[in-house]
Amino acid sequence: MKWEVIFQAKNLALYGEGILTTLGLLFSSLGVGALLALVFALALTSRSAPLRSVVGAYTYVMRGTPLLIQVYLIYYGLGQLEWIQARWDDVWPWTHFKEPFFCALLAFSLNTAGYTAEMLAGAIRETSAGELEAAQAYGMGRLQLLWRIVLPSAMRRSLPAYSNEVVMMLQSTSLASAVPSMLDVTAAASRVYSDYYLPFEAYLFAAGIYLVATFVLIGTFKIAEHHFLAYLAPRKN
Amino acid sequence: MNAYYLSILQGSLLTVAVSLCSLVVAIVLGLLGAAARLSGRPVAVAIGAVYTSVVRGIPDLVVMLLVFYGGTMGLNHLMALLGSQRNVDINPFAAGVLTLGFIYGAYMTETFRGAILAIPKGQSEAAWAFGMGRTQTFLRIIAPQMVRYALPGFTNNWLVLIKSTALVSLIGLKEMTYISKQASAATRSPFEYLLFSAALFLIFTSVSLYFLRKLNARYSLGTRRVEL
Repeated sequence: MKWEVIFQAKNLALYGEGILTTLGLLFSSLGVGALLALVFALALTSRSAPLRSVVGAYTYVMRGTPLLIQVYLIYYGLGQLEWIQARWDDVWPWTHFKEPFFCALLAFSLNTAGYTAEMLAGAIRETSAGELEAAQAYGMGRLQLLWRIVLPSAMRRSLPAYSNEVVMMLQSTSLASAVPSMLDVTAAASRVYSDYYLPFEAYLFAAGIYLVATFVLIGTFKIAEHHFLAYLAPRKN
Repeated sequence: MNAYYLSILQGSLLTVAVSLCSLVVAIVLGLLGAAARLSGRPVAVAIGAVYTSVVRGIPDLVVMLLVFYGGTMGLNHLMALLGSQRNVDINPFAAGVLTLGFIYGAYMTETFRGAILAIPKGQSEAAWAFGMGRTQTFLRIIAPQMVRYALPGFTNNWLVLIKSTALVSLIGLKEMTYISKQASAATRSPFEYLLFSAALFLIFTSVSLYFLRKLNARYSLGTRRVEL
């Protein structure tokens, strides 16, 4: 084992850049994904049957196919469409389709939106009828009821499942290394491996980084659950 | 329909083979892991806990690259130590099956552990009182009920496992993701081939969901369903 190679400034910087890319990808795709998921979850629980089935089909496909294929479809597929190629030199937003980061971000956001939407929709459906009736009795309209009663409670209740999704997404960002010229933690490890032929050190170091990030995320969610779900905890007195 | 579609279909057989072989490894490791975590022996419990928490905290791809590249190098070192000149290459199929089995073994450990814990303790005590040994108790009392409690988690793990086999293409196994990517590069029409293998994955997941639901219904016979 030659750990000193990993701790050379040059290679540490490589891993550092990888950490920035991984975290950037993670948080931006979670952010975009959460916004999309909110819209999709509302569609999944809406009264319109066509809307429900369209979004249902979307989440079904997203959850039933490998993320790697989705990344390939966006990175290699969309970039090959003449319709997009004709626009990506000057017409916004198509200019972004040339950037690997944007393609990875798009694929990850669409994917996590599919999973998160089902989670949130499940929580919305489980809202107890009494709460809704009480809100209606107070004279709240549909939007008010949604905004004040349903969403705050559904989002809190889906927090434990969402923490799993966040950890899964952290690990999924390693697929970004399958897109050439993306330097996330896994790609940094692969570069160190191919430069020095040190597979154990390179990948174990990356594994350690992911492990620390996972524990930090899980710990943060534990604290958040303690805070936001305190009202559901069993009585202590 | 051209030859590419045909080779993607052939590759899909490899995908199924990888999934099923990894599933077997994962079930064995999951049973061992659950047994270790529930054994009450501090060392076994600690090993089980480290296994599940570490493996579930590292991306599949990183473990796979570690096993594939690291394993090759480790084996070659070992061969050199034994005085052999031969260079061993780990076959991507074996590397993929072992890594996926190892990773999903950790998830299965948690699923099986939860399922065993869900069975009331009184049942195995009653079995012991009847004079059954540990193996008999497991086979006759625990295992049949464990299936019912473990099936929902097992179904999720299996669906994720099938989709993870796409990663094995990254270490060079020529399964359907690999072939469809090659085909798209060769023909410059990525959509059709990638969508074709995406559709095949969708078929695999849907078919397994259908059968696992049937199995679930079979194993839930005679249990009262709670309705809210």
